[in-house]
Amino acid sequence: MECVFGLVGNDFAIVAADSSAVHSILVHKSNEDKIMILDSHKLIAASGESGDRVQFTEYVQKNVALYQFRNGIPLTTAAAANFTRGELATALRKASIFVAVAIYNKALPCPGLYKGGITSLLVYCITHRTRDAALLISNPYFVNILLAGYDKETGPSLFYIDYIATLHKVDKGAFGYGSYFSLAMMDRHYKSGMTVEEAIDLVDKCIMEIRSRLVVAPPNFVIKIVDKDGAREYAWRESVKDAAVPSA
Amino acid sequence: MSRRYDSRTTIFSPEGRLYQVEYAMEAIGNAGSAIGILSKDGVVLVGEKKVTSKLLQTSTSTEKMYKIDDHVACAVAGIMSDANILINTARVQAQRYTYAYQEPMPVEQLVQSLCDTKQGYTQFGGLRPFGVSFLFAGWDKNYGFQLYMSDPSGNYSGWKAAAIGANNQAAQSMLKQDYKDDITREEAVQLALKVLSKTMDSTSLTSEKLELAEVFLTPSGNVKYQVCSPDSLSKLLVKFGVTQPATEAS
Repeated sequence: MECVFGLVGNDFAIVAADSSAVHSILVHKSNEDKIMILDSHKLIAASGESGDRVQFTEYVQKNVALYQFRNGIPLTTAAAANFTRGELATALRKASIFVAVAIYNKALPCPGLYKGGITSLLVYCITHRTRDAALLISNPYFVNILLAGYDKETGPSLFYIDYIATLHKVDKGAFGYGSYFSLAMMDRHYKSGMTVEEAIDLVDKCIMEIRSRLVVAPPNFVIKIVDKDGAREYAWRESVKDAAVPSA
Repeated sequence: MSRRYDSRTTIFSPEGRLYQVEYAMEAIGNAGSAIGILSKDGVVLVGEKKVTSKLLQTSTSTEKMYKIDDHVACAVAGIMSDANILINTARVQAQRYTYAYQEPMPVEQLVQSLCDTKQGYTQFGGLRPFGVSFLFAGWDKNYGFQLYMSDPSGNYSGWKAAAIGANNQAAQSMLKQDYKDDITREEAVQLALKVLSKTMDSTSLTSEKLELAEVFLTPSGNVKYQVCSPDSLSKLLVKFGVTQPATEAS
């Protein structure tokens, strides 16, 4: 299952993610890149519902690009992180008619919340804005995000953003089942001001631990780095290659 | 001939002019003037207060200078009621930006968003353009200290020294002559007061008729907007020798 983690080193930040596209018990592919290059000096690694993941990261990427075209200056990593958090927070509390209709059509369970039509259900949910009602009709993006970037003034930074719009500036962070192992490894071996070699070594330790301890461990990982020279792919760690298909 | 095209803000005259916009600029030409000067360690704004009646309660706060956000302030020339609307939208924009990005809004973006509003009234019909010019003084981490001037058409531009309101052309040419690069904030204050004293209609320059505000960085690196008190303004006027004896005036 999903493993996304990252850390900040001396003048760079690194993020790593598994590359398995999974549905139910089936692995559809094992070279799915879950780390997007957001702009020249930002990386966005996301885990969660795969449709939401692609949709949301592209939405953020295009908005960051639009900002740069409009204003001639790029967003800082912190500003991009706050923007991302804001979008998640909005989606989290926004009433969605689509979901309300689904409840009305009994596609989703809804314990005796309504007697009338869809409108009265919406009115009920909005007027009785209890947490349950709000969650019932809201339709959040199910994505957890690690946003890494490098800024001239502030250097490298890493932000932890989850789907309920938590935002933390962190030195190291992780999402998914792999986080139980990668967080433990990073707690033990992380220190501030690591070199690229030390950081990659720690990333490999995390991957090794996930592969050896996690029942549902993904086979392949991608590692990306961002520093003063920009955001780029660093390496892949593959134990399975997609079988080559003979041409017809 | 031109009268046919006067009443609509949104229709060009055959000579390719928008008369209502030009009239709005004309209205500003009669308003109390304001001068802004960019220096290497801050931005200086000076404004002329028009005292219309002795009976008028002089407001304790400033009437030409407005703080938009912690790092941006502006000076106004023109119709104050129009200006109040625009100042409010500018403040809203600045706070919206901070809400979205948790960072202060870059100065030029703030000016641009305000000018977009102004521009709308020169294109979408039935309304009158805003009769206001602004001088924006601010600081941001990308471009440091900045000074912008905007007019009713929605045009804006960055300046080292600029003047709006009554006699702005005379003030502008004096500034052009006397402005030097690498001017300090204190020299900028002196220059602004000198230019204003020469372009104002009233002969004696007193602290009641003036407003002085500065945007600069504190030693700790925070942006500060500071309005000069009437007392210290009087002292400055004496120090720079721009106050003429009251007896000569009468």
